[in-house]
Parts: sequence; structure tokens; C-alpha cells
Amino acid sequence: MTLAQQTVPLFDWGWVGRNLDTIWDRTLEHLSLTGAALLVGMAISVALAALSLWRPSTYQPIAGAAGIIYTIPSLAVFALIAPFVGIGTATGRFIIAQVALIGYTLLILIRNIVTGIRSVPPETREAALGMGYRDRERLVRIEFPLALPVIIAGLRIATVTVVGLVTVTSLLGLGGLGFFILDGLRRSVIFPTEIIVGVILSVALAAVLDLSLLVLGRALTPWVRRGAAR
Amino acid sequence: MAEDPMISLENVSKIFPGAAQPAVTDLSLEVGRGEFVTLVGPSGCGKTTTLKMINRIIEPTSGRISIDGRDAMAAPAHELRRSIGYVIQQVGLFPHRTIAQNVGTVPSLLGWEQDRIEARVAELVEIVGLDPVMLSRYPSELSGGQQQRVGVARALAADPPVLLMDEPFGAVDPIVRKRLQDEFRDLQQRLGKTVVFVTHDVDEAIFLGNRMAILNIGGILEQFDAPETILAEPANEFVESFLGGERGLKRLGLLPVTGAAVERGPFVDVTEDPDQAKRVMEDHDVDWLGLLDQGRLLGWVDGSLVDRIPLSELEPRPFLVTLNSDSTLRSALDAVVTGHARVAVVVDDGAYLGMLDLEAIAEEITE
Repeated sequence: MTLAQQTVPLFDWGWVGRNLDTIWDRTLEHLSLTGAALLVGMAISVALAALSLWRPSTYQPIAGAAGIIYTIPSLAVFALIAPFVGIGTATGRFIIAQVALIGYTLLILIRNIVTGIRSVPPETREAALGMGYRDRERLVRIEFPLALPVIIAGLRIATVTVVGLVTVTSLLGLGGLGFFILDGLRRSVIFPTEIIVGVILSVALAAVLDLSLLVLGRALTPWVRRGAAR
Repeated sequence: MAEDPMISLENVSKIFPGAAQPAVTDLSLEVGRGEFVTLVGPSGCGKTTTLKMINRIIEPTSGRISIDGRDAMAAPAHELRRSIGYVIQQVGLFPHRTIAQNVGTVPSLLGWEQDRIEARVAELVEIVGLDPVMLSRYPSELSGGQQQRVGVARALAADPPVLLMDEPFGAVDPIVRKRLQDEFRDLQQRLGKTVVFVTHDVDEAIFLGNRMAILNIGGILEQFDAPETILAEPANEFVESFLGGERGLKRLGLLPVTGAAVERGPFVDVTEDPDQAKRVMEDHDVDWLGLLDQGRLLGWVDGSLVDRIPLSELEPRPFLVTLNSDSTLRSALDAVVTGHARVAVVVDDGAYLGMLDLEAIAEEITE
């Protein structure tokens, strides 16, 4: 043991070179798990936010429920859902992971969509009404674009959160970059290279996605910076 | 009142849910085609509520509103609104759209072809006096005054017969406001739009409106008439106190100098014989002589200089106060008082029209 421990280097570039294919595959897995959760989370959030805006009395219960989901530890969520979908199949495990991930996006996304739409200046809304926009046209063509900066800010937080959580869902054997962390820990001798690769790539992925959304957001809302430059 | 009004309110009331008092009480009002009507009154008089009921941003509790002979409730609200221009104090331009897109809002809602929208936007930019460079900018890159010009252009875009304006010039500084008021009054006369204009500023209402409706708390119509008439004969104490002091002066502000007792005065052509000129001075009982050159104003000379030499060899001095024919009596009075002048002469593009003195102006006040 002692001897073996000494021979394990802190970081083994050779391992990285030999496993580039696996690293790439796990990164893509991580990305698709994240993407799937965000897409579905966004769809659910848009629907619930629309309901909250249409019937303002529903906002508090919806946000409250999303808040409770947000506070449940991810492992507990796995345990809660497992009996319903079964942990034996790959599909079952995928569903468990996705439900947990999606759950964590709801609070942030719903809150930011509703806040974003509500922060549209009343005079803008009144002008849109006076110009003859129908309610839905006004929401889609005036209020939604104006809420974009706030919505994208929420999406960025949700994205970073999900990228981190996908590492945890690796416990369910779904792959992703968490696989390396688990694998590195599970070996008879802890293999730091794998853990470091998993952690760094996960962090890097979060950073890249966050930055991409920032850039996308700026491209979609050119008026925000043009106005500030005045 | 016109037989075929553009806008007609019949016994309109509005009671907001939970409010103890109605915001508008049994209001009947007619606005003729091409007329500029101002709604004025203290806060809580329901003037904005009244305006917003015309384009159904607020629905009346009872009563009937018709526009161009049609019941406002007949068509869906969004269709009604597309046929009515709407300008609000905070402008409410869409921050995420360029000026061109903002101006083209209603045409685009009406499904116009892109070419037609662009042509119309270019036309409007000129009408409201905006630099076409602005078209590709966003609203936040414009000054308040420029933004409100865009607001007016946007309201005019689909050429609606009716414009509703809710304190449109209230948020810009006084100098810009005055200019916008002048320009907008000309614009309205040129385009012949029917305008309903809400303001709390009596002077603005007097200046802009063909008629002004003075509303009291609870949307009670106290007086509805031409500003000159209201200033001359306020219907009651409320109207009188709302109009404020200097009613006579405000009325002078509405009267053109040419409408007053402008007289010819001791003015002669420079070719006139000096003896004849002396007689003119005697007739007017003055010691000065105004000189004209084929109807154009040259100036005046001291009476003692009028002797044997031809008038054309004298050196006329300019009058202290020269007014254009489109000036108001109020500016004439102001010019005479501040200039310590005995008379104000009125010219139309250099041609002499006549002169008036304090006495002539005072006659107009007491009339």
C-alpha cells in the first residue's frame, strides 16, 4: 500500500493522453444531461410563469412549491423518486436524474421569468395596449423581449447549478464528468488524476456555458448596452 | 355643436371597483371633426380616465361613447385602438425597438407591406421634425423632447382621424415644451386631426385648444367652450379660480395684434411733401413722423426735423417695438411695457400694417 501510494503521481498526463476519447464522451454526456434538464425545465417554467402572470394568485403557491423542491437535497430526491420509476433500468435512472435536475431549475427560472415580465415599465405596457396589441401579442412581442436580460440571468444561474448537479447524478451510473470523480475515489488506491480531470472539466464546462449565455444574451438584447452608452 | 361629431360621450360614468366616489360622473361631451379639445382640471377630476375611456383602456361603467358615429364597444378593443392615435406623458416607446420600428408599430400591426411602412416612417420623421439619423437608434439614445416627437410620429403612423394625448409635453423642460406646443399646434391645423388633449396646465390648454373642457373632482363638467369665452365669462367660481389670476392677460394671449384697433398713425411715404407731413403730425397731435418707402417700414424721425428738406434726406431711426402680424396682443403689451415704448408698429414681412398703443390694447382687455 505504502509503496503503491508513493508511485501514484498527483497528475498523470499519460492517463489523460490514453483516455482522450473517454474524456470527450463523458463531457458530451454531461452536456446532454445538462441540456435536456434545462430544456425541459425551461418549458415547464415558461408554462408555470405564464400561469402566474395570467392568474397572479397562483404565483405564490407555484413559487413556494418550487422553493421547497429547491431545498431538498439531491440525494434525497433520488431516493424519493426511485420507488416510482425503478432504479433497475437505464431509463429509470435517467428519469430519476432528470426529475431531480429539472426540479432545481424551476425556482430560479420561474422567478426570473415572472420578475422579468413584471419589471416591464407600466408606460411601455400602456403604450402597447394603446397601439392595439392583443394580450398575447403584447406578451410575446413586447414584454418577453424586454424581460430577456432578467430571464437569461436566471438561465445562467440554472445552467451553472445543473452542470454541478450532473456530477452528482453520476452516482446513478449515468456517466457524465462525475464518473471520473467517482472512479478516481473508488479505486483501491485513490487516483487523483481522474478526480482532477472530472472536477476541472465540470467547472470549465459551467464557465463556458455561462459565458456563452452571456454572449448570447448580449446579442439578443442590443438595446441594453446601446442605451447605457449614452 | 356639430351635427356629426367625431367623438361623442353620452352620460358616461366610471366608478372604479372599491371607490366610494365615481371618477367620472354622467359626462356628456362632443368633439367635432378636426377640433382640438383640451380636458383640464385638478388631479382627481377624471380627465385621464375620460381620455382612456375613449380608446377603452378603461371601460366605462355606464353611458355610451361613439367615435365617428360608431359605438366604441361595437368592435374588439384592439381594433378600435389601432384606429386611434395615442400619446402618453412617459412616451412609452418600446425600448427594444429602433425608432423606425417604434414609429411603424401600428402599420405593422395592420399588416402593411414593409416598403409602405418604410415610406410612411420616412414621411412621419419629416412631419414631426426628427433627424432621419435617429431612425436606427434605440429610444434610450434620444433626449426627452426627441422621444416625444417619436411618440407623436408613432401615434400618427396609420393616419388615424383621432389623436388622444395624455399630458404629452408634461415631462420635458419648459423650453422644449413650448417648442413642441407651437409645432404641434401647427401640425394639428395642417393635418386636420381631431385631438383630445389632457393637461393640468391651464396655459397649455388655453394655447392649444379650440375648446377647453374644465372638469371638477369626480369628472363633473363645469364649462366647455372656446378659451376666449371661458376667460371672458367663467361659468362659476370653480372655473374662475381654476383659471387663476391674470385672466385678462391670458385672453390677450389669444388675440392677434391684427384683430385689435390697429390704426395707420402719423405715417407717410418718403416722397411726401414736407408740408403735407407736418399736417399729418398735427392731425395726430404728435411730434414724430413715421416714414415708409412704398409701403415698407423705414423708421421714424423727430418732428422738429421735418422742415424744408425732402423727407428722403432725413435719417429715420428704428422703432423700439416692431411686431409681426402673427404676434398676440399679449406680446404686444409686453413689448410696449418692457421697451418703454409709446407705440408698437405691426409689420407683415416688412410691409407696414399699422400701429397700436397702450390705450388700444387696454380697450381689448375691457371689451
